[in-house]
Amino acid sequence: MADLLSVVSPEVANKEVPTLRSGDTVRLEVRIVEGQRERLQPFQGTVIRMRKTGMGPVATIRRIASHGVGVERSFPLLSPRLAKIEVIRGARTRRKQLYFLRDRVGKKARLR
Amino acid sequence: MKGLIGRKVGMTQMFTENGEVVPVTLIQAGPCYVTQRKTEAVDGYSAIQVGYEVVPTRKLSKGEQGHLKESGVPNVRHLREFRLKGDEAYDLGQVLDVSLFSPGERVDVIGTTKGRGFAGAMKRHGFHGGPMTHGQSDRQRAVGSIGAGTTPGRVNKGMRGPGHMGNQRLTVSGLKVEFVDPERNIIGVRGGVPGSVDGLVVIRAARKQ
Repeated sequence: MADLLSVVSPEVANKEVPTLRSGDTVRLEVRIVEGQRERLQPFQGTVIRMRKTGMGPVATIRRIASHGVGVERSFPLLSPRLAKIEVIRGARTRRKQLYFLRDRVGKKARLR
Repeated sequence: MKGLIGRKVGMTQMFTENGEVVPVTLIQAGPCYVTQRKTEAVDGYSAIQVGYEVVPTRKLSKGEQGHLKESGVPNVRHLREFRLKGDEAYDLGQVLDVSLFSPGERVDVIGTTKGRGFAGAMKRHGFHGGPMTHGQSDRQRAVGSIGAGTTPGRVNKGMRGPGHMGNQRLTVSGLKVEFVDPERNIIGVRGGVPGSVDGLVVIRAARKQ
């Protein structure tokens, strides 16, 4: 059996998710459960790495939070915790893993 | 105690409802047939014998064929026993499949570990080996001291050292059933299971809860 994920949870394996590429600027909405309430928390940033795993694609997204602090989070795109995945802007990159963005600040951290 | 015989399919991951990722081993289990009932009166203990994997008649010896004829089940290759406690009742020839288990239950999985051949003490027992530097040579994976000198003049029994590793029966207890698919006879348990893909495993209700 080749694709074991679709054996366990076909509805997850066949879920439609946008194809993301390194360099894309994306906005995700993450379901957060606080006690009884559930709310959506947005996370907007640049895709610096795409990875394929046994549970589908995983994107590492970097955003600059307040005071210029870089924050990176990885999201399994098939996760039921993601309410929405929206590509805001694409960019041309020469490499797949954009780790060099970590060393850049401000205007130099832009992608075309 | 209820149980099934099956084969390991492989590992994957799945999402729980709240988005947690859980590692899962899939096992193709059953359908199994009750081939014999052992009773206190006749055998001195109470158990069912269960068969798995239907094969052509020519694959079985005359003795095996004769044994299966008594219960009228298809030709099965593998037989295992599950001990019964008092009130459990199974019919001869009864078919058991993965619907025996439901998600959330705890099970024990018994398999044969991957054979590792003649393995050194570092791999087999987690020894640390010798120093990498300070003028040492040929000591990097050595066992080190195995005892005292003239007294007692021998190596204590049971001293751990290199030797055959793996290809041994191993029980992993208390695994949680995460997934059951009665149509495809597949059951998924949380975590790893001994043996290679396609290896024969036995699943039974957990002994310790």
